[in-house]
Amino acid sequence: MKAAVIVFPGSNCDRDCAVGVERATGATVEMIWHAEPQLPKGLDLIVLPGGFSYGDYLRCGAMAAQSPVMKAVVAAANDGVPTLGICNGFQILCEARLLPGALLRNEKLKYICKPVDLEIVNGNTRFTAAFGERRTARMTIGNGEGNFFAGEDLLNRLEGEGQVVFRYANENPNGSARNIAGIINQQGNVLGMMPHPDRAFEAELGSADGAVLFRSVLG
Amino acid sequence: MTSSKSMAELAREYGLKAEEYGVIVQRLNREPNEVELGVFSVMWSEHCSYKSSRKHLAKFPTTGPRVICGPGENAGVVDIGDGQACIFKMESHNHPSYIEPYQGAATGVGGIMRDVFTMGARPIALLNALRFGDPSHPKTRRLVEGVVAGIGGYGNCVGVPTVGGETNFHRGYDGNILVNAMCVGLADADKIFYSAAPAAGLPVVYFGSKTGRDGIHGATMASAEFDEDSDEKRPTVQVGDPFAEKLLIEATLELMKTGAVAAIQDMGAAGLTSSSVEMAGKGSVGIELDLDMVPQREEGMTAYEMMLSESQERMLAILKPGRERDGHAIFEKWGLDAAVIGWTTDTGHIVLKHKGKTVCDIPLSPLSDDAPLYDRPWTEPVKHLRLDPGQIPAPVDWADAVLKILSCPDVASKRWLWEQYDRHVMADTLEDSATGADAGIVRVHGGRKALAVTSDCTPRYVLNDPYEGGKQAVAEAWRNLTAVGSLPIAVTDNLNFGNPERPEIMGQIVRAIDGMAEACRALDFPVVSGNVSLYNETNGAAIPPTPTVGAVGLLADYDDHMDFSNLRDGDVLVLIGENHGELGASLYLRELLGREDGAPPPVDLAIERRNGDFVRGLIGAKKISACHDLSDGGLAIAAAEMALASNIGVTLNASSGGHSHPYLFGEDQGRYLVATRKPAELLADAGAAHVHAMVVGEVGGEAFASKELFSIALPALRAAHEGWLPDYMSRKD
Repeated sequence: MKAAVIVFPGSNCDRDCAVGVERATGATVEMIWHAEPQLPKGLDLIVLPGGFSYGDYLRCGAMAAQSPVMKAVVAAANDGVPTLGICNGFQILCEARLLPGALLRNEKLKYICKPVDLEIVNGNTRFTAAFGERRTARMTIGNGEGNFFAGEDLLNRLEGEGQVVFRYANENPNGSARNIAGIINQQGNVLGMMPHPDRAFEAELGSADGAVLFRSVLG
Repeated sequence: MTSSKSMAELAREYGLKAEEYGVIVQRLNREPNEVELGVFSVMWSEHCSYKSSRKHLAKFPTTGPRVICGPGENAGVVDIGDGQACIFKMESHNHPSYIEPYQGAATGVGGIMRDVFTMGARPIALLNALRFGDPSHPKTRRLVEGVVAGIGGYGNCVGVPTVGGETNFHRGYDGNILVNAMCVGLADADKIFYSAAPAAGLPVVYFGSKTGRDGIHGATMASAEFDEDSDEKRPTVQVGDPFAEKLLIEATLELMKTGAVAAIQDMGAAGLTSSSVEMAGKGSVGIELDLDMVPQREEGMTAYEMMLSESQERMLAILKPGRERDGHAIFEKWGLDAAVIGWTTDTGHIVLKHKGKTVCDIPLSPLSDDAPLYDRPWTEPVKHLRLDPGQIPAPVDWADAVLKILSCPDVASKRWLWEQYDRHVMADTLEDSATGADAGIVRVHGGRKALAVTSDCTPRYVLNDPYEGGKQAVAEAWRNLTAVGSLPIAVTDNLNFGNPERPEIMGQIVRAIDGMAEACRALDFPVVSGNVSLYNETNGAAIPPTPTVGAVGLLADYDDHMDFSNLRDGDVLVLIGENHGELGASLYLRELLGREDGAPPPVDLAIERRNGDFVRGLIGAKKISACHDLSDGGLAIAAAEMALASNIGVTLNASSGGHSHPYLFGEDQGRYLVATRKPAELLADAGAAHVHAMVVGEVGGEAFASKELFSIALPALRAAHEGWLPDYMSRKD
């Protein structure tokens, strides 16, 4: 199995994603600099990591979405390559129109770092299948702009089509519409989520549920 | 620009004393020009020269089998085995944070990270020690809001976890808050980078952000008291860009890998001046810079402005011969400005050229050799008397007493603050502010080792007895590292005091250092780096003396780390260490009786060490399942914190009687509260080790209680602990 982690200037979870994927699945991980116009052939997963690409200047993810490598990411995603955006990576996926909706400033206007309980709303995606019958997971969030926003029609459609994959289970930390923590595209190969599976891949880190997610997609 | 003023008058404006100016004229055999005067004034500022503290800092033990590099470089370097080194330092950003809290705190974090990666280390953990004024002071809430946002805004973006710290509130900081930031980094022990220029004829490369007019004379501001006009000093505060810092870290570490770097230093306080002067001076060479080559953000900058600018995220490297092109691809990749701005020379002078003219030509040696060194007069601090516990009244309502202390600003949960810090990035955090442990713990990436980190000081103890308080700050840091199972290995200090020209303040400095040095010696705990921040005064009122101790401990295997969130039903709580009921300078006295007098609890360093070594042995042998050191509020508060972290009840065995309040709230030192299933065995072990130990309670139920004295349901206990800070921050008064 082979994965690529895209590195933008200001990405800071790129190593965490690589280590998490490697330890959880044994896959080979290549780090791809944002200026690369092409991706390696035969990828089983593309990860857009968290961080502050381009310092969050302009809008979170807006400038990264215009990076040279993103043309190749969009093409690969449209070809069906599993693509995972975590935190800033989710913001980039939205800015690149690979996922609908937008991520706004957190309701209380502050950065929030804390563990969250998640409801696995759709356990039948290629990212969640390995959770089996489990419908809860625990990971941490760390963001200032994790407040998912979309129009009512779109929210209804996302829920109706099974595109809401994760919801905040107990407490909605940032004001996200319908407690949404992660969504998937209609084709089922592009997942964006604010919680960090890349910080939850070993029990010592407080949770190993992120490893389950990585194993789902690369298993 | 100042033709109407004499150089001597200008010197005074720049913070130099008349005698100091006299020395400059004597050494140069002429009057300096304005640029030269600027160079002297910042290099001889208290901030850069340590002129008031240097004599006393020499008392610290700074060597040891693990010490690779002690004080004097950008940060201290300690061997942690397997060819790896830990590099760390703590530094203050007090004055700027008071004037402009967001940028002041943010650039404090940025500056301390640069000190660490400048030496070749990747930063892996941040801590911060914050002291604010009384919560009722009109400026306090805004300062907390701004400082916390600044720390988070910078550290979160760069991607280094903030895993620990401490926050106090006291009216003594109303006019001068303290923002002390600590950074810990990891490097290969054989790839440490130093600042001394090794030879003449080498290229000097500037890289990072452009130079602007921000922060000019920041180091001088940080060496003066505040008065009513301090807000006018806002232009001397620098503006940070954490995105630039992140790029700078990656570019610097990549440049180091090429083998082209001969010496390197960040541009921190006093910017281009201190970096170039120190690199050339330490290498006993000269340096010549062409200021026209400096990347500039603004037009028309003068030589003086460029040399004194404290623009952030800038580095100065001296490269090996012929390697000046090596960095080019790296700087381009990371989008950083870079330029060869000069060369090292064999003249022993710093020569600055600007627009074809020589604007500065002065010998380097007087800048360091003749830097003022003061043996300032000091008076022995007036000691408070030890309080007889029998003379201190017991509380009328015991539950109320527990809740009052647990919810007071110094003890209340700081969740509101640390939830704004990324504590998990880098995916190696095992313990942080949220997890119920006495120190933060991060894994040494890719292996079994881990580093424990803490910062400690109890200013109210230092105020009442600087010597004992100094000892206590070191002992508590050592104890916190011990309580998580690590071996304490080295210290960085951040000495925050008032105006050293006042003998009573100088007395605090001298005696606190004496106490710290003694504790460091007794605990084999060398000081490897540090920072001094003086003149923390406003209109003649000094802060409480605050010598903050940052410290690092080593765990050989992270599976052996300990915390206090794992109490289980049926555990027995054993107190390690003796209780004399010391209530002097205690929180009980302050929060319940409104008194701040009394001698602080003394630290017996031999007992401290014996108890700590015993506890660390228990943890290593897996004989205990939870451990918490006793500090603010004594046994009752430690037990309450364990109950909250573990979400299970605890019942202490104190009953009514004359001495329950010194027993429950006394702040005697060298003590730990540990949980075990086999108390008899533990007591026997303690006896054999000549360590005082006794059973003080048990775990179970859903309340925090002590026999018939009090019983507080956990939700009420939690509400008291968690409620204060968010309530305070959301109030509009």
